[in-house]
Amino acid sequence: MARAVSSRRKLAATVAAWAVALVIFFPILYTVITSIKTEGEAISGFSLIPSFTLENYFTVQSQKDYFKPFMNSVVLAVGSTLLALVIAVPAAWAMAFSPTKRTKDILMWMLSTKMMPAVAVLVPFYLMFRDFGLLDTRIGLTVMLTMINLPIVVWMLYTYFREIPGEILEAARMDGASLWGEIVYVLTPMAVPGIASTMLLNIILAWNEAFWTIRLTTTNAAPLTAFIASFSSPQGLFWAKLSAASTMAIAPILIMGWFSQKQLVRGLTFGAVK
Amino acid sequence: MGKIILKNVTKSFGATTVIPDINLTIDDGEFVVFVGPSGCGKSTLLRLIAGLEDTSSGVIEIDGRDVTAEAPAKRGLAMVFQSYALYPHMSVRNNIAFPLKMAKTDPAIIEKKVTDAARILNLTAYLDRRPGQLSGGQRQRVAIGRAIVREPSAFLFDEPLSNLDAALRGTMRLEISELHQTLKTTMIYVTHDQVEAMTMADKIVVLNAGRIEQVGSPLDLYNKPDNLFVAGFIGSPRMNFIPAAKAGISDAHTVGIRPEHIRISGEAGTFRGTVGVAEHLGADTFLHVNVDGIGTMTVRAGGEVPVSHGDTVYLTPEAGRLHRFNDKGVAIR
Repeated sequence: MARAVSSRRKLAATVAAWAVALVIFFPILYTVITSIKTEGEAISGFSLIPSFTLENYFTVQSQKDYFKPFMNSVVLAVGSTLLALVIAVPAAWAMAFSPTKRTKDILMWMLSTKMMPAVAVLVPFYLMFRDFGLLDTRIGLTVMLTMINLPIVVWMLYTYFREIPGEILEAARMDGASLWGEIVYVLTPMAVPGIASTMLLNIILAWNEAFWTIRLTTTNAAPLTAFIASFSSPQGLFWAKLSAASTMAIAPILIMGWFSQKQLVRGLTFGAVK
Repeated sequence: MGKIILKNVTKSFGATTVIPDINLTIDDGEFVVFVGPSGCGKSTLLRLIAGLEDTSSGVIEIDGRDVTAEAPAKRGLAMVFQSYALYPHMSVRNNIAFPLKMAKTDPAIIEKKVTDAARILNLTAYLDRRPGQLSGGQRQRVAIGRAIVREPSAFLFDEPLSNLDAALRGTMRLEISELHQTLKTTMIYVTHDQVEAMTMADKIVVLNAGRIEQVGSPLDLYNKPDNLFVAGFIGSPRMNFIPAAKAGISDAHTVGIRPEHIRISGEAGTFRGTVGVAEHLGADTFLHVNVDGIGTMTVRAGGEVPVSHGDTVYLTPEAGRLHRFNDKGVAIR
């Protein structure tokens, strides 16, 4: 009897999970479907049956170079992630292993910067970027993306490092490891899963960031988000081409996410499941 | 060599004083056990010696050298942690070799020392496994192996057996004692278990609230406890304490009598009581007797005693086995 109830509940949970997943995934699916419709089909109302044309992809590629914004996206996402890690690893390390009375406050303060609407500081940042000659440069945008995602990176790493038992570090200290030895031989190898999933998540966040990338770039440093945006308003309503551009923009990160999903899920639930 | 001297060592965490003032000498080759209830400062004291905590004041000397400000690794000590603290991403071999690698020892020497340690500790078959694939006892041995290869001047053990089950604890206790016989190196061992303290120690240091209550050999502490705390802490089951007046003794405030020093009779004796719980262990019988006008007294009788709940018994303390304490809880001798 108990078994029947539990298997029915399991079925209900599975159906619910699939439903939620489909709702979340539907916009992406519809984008992909629209991208293989003709423009006529795309504006003629809701339909899940496309005519399977790849024409939009060729048009998009011929109108605009895909490769340059793609490379910009790669450089910005990877560059800002590496820069964020270089800053965040020592920060999280210090907070996790030698916390002070203010550690919690600092963490909260870092997070609070994410609660502010980005548009509130758009003008000052735009002016600073202009005056320092950083507008439409990869360096400027890398720094910007690093600053945006740094709080999350520090928070995630802090959580992972907290899971590493202090006694193991003390053992290393007793065993004669220098601070450097402790970090290289003991801490980093133990924190690799955490660092890796932080890195993956941050790459995704940086890849998808649109507010600043669109506003602080024009052509030279414009990543794929700006590439998509350039297909929206100026040329009228070309939904199929816009969808094709979007699909091309999200495809790389989707593929990366697919291959690293095990690592990501493990990283994101780290500490929650033992 | 491994002679360790603590001179007026104190430790405070912020406003909280954990160790008010400790003076202690540990001789070379001694097996010293720090014992006391949880929160008594025994682990802190060990960590001060290890260098994992800084002293607030006072001096720590190892073999005549002031190491108070030295880093842990420079003190020449090895520590075995309660959680074993093995490196989970390294094989057993690399765990044991780690301190030698940190000291940039020649690889051929490392190999030999690791092999030797593994042989002594019965770990040869497990050298290529990860700690996660080992049982608790094996992990403990790896932790000891990692300590041995360094050839430290003293070993520090921080409650090393508390994560093991009772049977394994007994075996490991014996193994650590045998290791001490073989190596003849100073060992400092922290535990809250007075049985471990009694069975392993050359010298026991009883700590309470950061102060040393008494230092002495196990039998010294058992036979001549300095105060009520030591009397109650050492020995199992606990010593019985009776207000002196009720025991008919006038020159003391409290008297103590160990459960094993009480004779039991069905007919006559000093105290009359009713058996509450009788624990039959085979070799011994523990009786919890409700004595009229005094309260519960524990009696340890050898062998099997045919009494059970509700029986009336008479208890008589053995002559010369009474411990007398004054109103401050200090032993009167």
